Amino acid sequence: MLRFLGQRLLLMIPTVVVPLVLVFLLLRLAPGDPAAQILGDQASPSEIAALRSEMGLDLPLPVQFVLWAKNIVTLKLGTSFFFKQPVIDLLPQYALVTLQIALAALFLAVALGSILGVVAAINKDGVLDRGLVGVAVLGISLPEFWLALLLIFLFAVTLRWFPVSGYVPPADGLLASAATIALPALALGIRQSALITRMMRSSMLDVLGEPYIVTARAQGLPEAMVIGRYAVRTAAIPVVTVAGLSASYLLSGAVSIELIFSLPGLGKLLIDAVARRDYPVVEGAVLLIALMLAALNLIIDVVYALLDPRVRMG
Amino acid sequence: MTDALLDVAGLSKSFHQVHAVRDVGFTIGRGETFGIVGESGSGKSTTARLVLRLVEPTRGVIRFRGQDLATLSKEALRRERRHMQMIFQDPFGSLNGRMTIEQLIAEPMEVHHIGDSVERRRRVGQLLAEVGLPEAARHRFPHEFSGGQRQRIAIARALATEPQLIVADEPVSALDVSVQAQVLNLLLDLQQRHGLALLFISHDLRVVEFMCDRIAVMYLGTVVEEGPKAEIYAEPRHPYTRALLESAPGRARKGAPLKGDIPSAANLPTGCVFQSRCPRAFDRCTHEAPQPRAVAPSHRVACHLAEE
Amino acid sequence: MTDQAPILEVRDLSVSLPISGRMVPVVTDLSMSISPGEAVALVGESGCGKSMTARAIIGLPPPGAVVSGSIRLEGRELTTLSPRERRRVGGRGIGFIFQEPMTSLHPTLSIGQQMTDALRYNLNLPTRVARDRARELLARVGLPKERDLLNAYVHELSGGMRQRVMIAMAISCNPKLVIADEPTTALDVTIQAQVLELLIAMRAEIGLAMLYISHDLEVVAEFCDRAIVMYAGDQVEAGTPVECLKMPHHPYTRGLVDAIPHAGEARARLSPIPGQVPSLGSWPRGCRFQPRCPRQDDRCATRPELATVVRSEVRCWHPLVGEVS
Repeated sequence: MLRFLGQRLLLMIPTVVVPLVLVFLLLRLAPGDPAAQILGDQASPSEIAALRSEMGLDLPLPVQFVLWAKNIVTLKLGTSFFFKQPVIDLLPQYALVTLQIALAALFLAVALGSILGVVAAINKDGVLDRGLVGVAVLGISLPEFWLALLLIFLFAVTLRWFPVSGYVPPADGLLASAATIALPALALGIRQSALITRMMRSSMLDVLGEPYIVTARAQGLPEAMVIGRYAVRTAAIPVVTVAGLSASYLLSGAVSIELIFSLPGLGKLLIDAVARRDYPVVEGAVLLIALMLAALNLIIDVVYALLDPRVRMG
Repeated sequence: MTDALLDVAGLSKSFHQVHAVRDVGFTIGRGETFGIVGESGSGKSTTARLVLRLVEPTRGVIRFRGQDLATLSKEALRRERRHMQMIFQDPFGSLNGRMTIEQLIAEPMEVHHIGDSVERRRRVGQLLAEVGLPEAARHRFPHEFSGGQRQRIAIARALATEPQLIVADEPVSALDVSVQAQVLNLLLDLQQRHGLALLFISHDLRVVEFMCDRIAVMYLGTVVEEGPKAEIYAEPRHPYTRALLESAPGRARKGAPLKGDIPSAANLPTGCVFQSRCPRAFDRCTHEAPQPRAVAPSHRVACHLAEE
Repeated sequence: MTDQAPILEVRDLSVSLPISGRMVPVVTDLSMSISPGEAVALVGESGCGKSMTARAIIGLPPPGAVVSGSIRLEGRELTTLSPRERRRVGGRGIGFIFQEPMTSLHPTLSIGQQMTDALRYNLNLPTRVARDRARELLARVGLPKERDLLNAYVHELSGGMRQRVMIAMAISCNPKLVIADEPTTALDVTIQAQVLELLIAMRAEIGLAMLYISHDLEVVAEFCDRAIVMYAGDQVEAGTPVECLKMPHHPYTRGLVDAIPHAGEARARLSPIPGQVPSLGSWPRGCRFQPRCPRQDDRCATRPELATVVRSEVRCWHPLVGEVS
């Protein structure tokens, strides 16, 4: 197991490095000068040049790259041009919002999707199964932004159960905080839960036809145990793959949902920073997102290994 | 044997570190049926594919009709293929389901530029009759036929180029007992009529005994015993052959069955490959691999105790 | 047959399966009984209904199957029990060995987990006791004690070891009857011999009754007391396996024996049965073997009943008598 973890950790490196390098290059190659942006329209060319050299932007690109890489490796993410604050202090509060939404949505997607999938499978072709499959198809075909608007209209505007927008950090009351992320998480998670429902259903149907299920039944084990312990165990394996894809999708989906609900998350920070040519923030945010995605992949792999001893060996 | 059709010597194949086939040698005369028996991991199927160079050998000589297939150029090998054909175990997987029976049987003739299209169609009819299928089968698709009929189609296809050698890899193991006999009889009839040589690969000792003139017994990639069928079945000389024959249903069991499992080809022991299960193994077997030795004319055994 | 009360008694068992929208019979009016310690073989080609019979006996036919008839285990009627009760009774009373141990054992539960589940549930053993018993059972089926097999997974074992594990599981709850569905077919020849020897030894040791399903009369002749030959869902002949082999009375049994090459015989050609096994749903009326039968005549249009011929039960209008094959 340790060797397995080591291997997976090594594999994480490119998934973090490649997006960072891409962002570095894109930012430098895109038109727009951060020094000019910061100093405003009134600044003289000499002032801009001075700031450029202070920021290291006048150095040749390869040199900038080496300096940048060194800073990234030592986690010196620099100071935001706009906030005038170290990026490393800036990121956590924004990241927390995004993580809260994404994790809540993931939990919803996996829990609801798995349960509904199993229920549909054991009632195959029954009324319940047909109903659930129908709802799942509907869930998959609804676009998130539209669902988000629908939810806002229904639960926030009409029923007034949840706030329309804005964010309360968990420190200021867990319940209030949960209320602010409930609708975004719902909007984000429903489509994924529909996907997982369908996956779990078909995976369960495959597994229920397997000879080892007949063996378990032939041994006299009660049906609840056959389903809960013997069938779900293997049926969950392909679902983990889908859940992994869902999770990385949710992380990026959280970005657009944050805009709709105007939540102060990583997505909003990133988009604002790009507009402001705030390189350190953009790079810091991308690094963090890449790290979160990599960590996610690692978690998925570990879950895989826990579920399937054949993976552990290989 | 000077008029040998196929003469294989020192044939070896390694996949990565695994020695699937090691130093296999045998000879098949024209019109002869040669059987290879073995269990899983014995390398019998790999040997079949090596002989046709469907798998590239790591080492060895495959002398077929006087020339070494192992050194033949791609184009020369392609031309030579019309004289050797293969039948697979799974008649479901080996026939392209989107082709009609006529297309399937005519295809090898097209590949080898045999006859024109009119001639080829006529020949398809002939071949269908020969394998006992109705003329109407021509325009139908493989999925419309039962397992036994599909194997007949595969045989007709193999016969299309009038080969001198047919390699049949477990051709009846996927078939029901009552249908097996039909296909085995058909193979024997065709062989007699066309003077075909047959390399017959099987795990079924009863079928091999019925079909073959001479046999080789393989274990973990090597031939442990090779010789005339009657001699080997009546008086097996290698301990593995003996155990194998005694394990077969319908034969009187004399001793206890072999202990243990077939070892993995990935970590073969030094010395004799069979030592871990051999009831007669002694210290020489652990460090010296026995070389095949003649115990009778054209009967060779790879065992230190072969003479006893 | 002994005069002891039978372990298993099956009367008029019929099974139908839904195939492309209609119910198709796969087993019809099958009756048999197995006495304590007796080994009965069910022999036939694929599609003859032998596996379906076994699945019906343990109450686990494929989804949608309709089963009728009576199945008594130690005198107790199983077909009228609630599904839950039936599974409990079957789980304790009948051990089952499948053809493919690789797919019949759970891929991601350890051998120990699978074995102890049944022991804990059926015999109410505490986990620790169940594990000790599982370890004993594994040793008893000839698996090496020095290997920690309880924590092993099925993919780590060889084919022969897997089948030994299946056998250990089948006998774990002390059943009086074991049903083995082609338990050696997927194995190599020398391993087949090992597993067969183990089954024979287990039977002698525990006094197990056995229903052994096979396509090979010669294999069952080695150790079974009786053989029931099936063709297209019908029992066509029942007798001692040696009688079936040496002096078959039903033309199908005869055909089956003549179609396989036998050790040491010198025949230029085999004698195949013409045609092929009819597919499910297209069985002929009357005697189902008649289109392939050399002795067929007008009478065969009506279905023959089972009748005693010499020492066997045969379903044929024109049984073979005294013709040695």
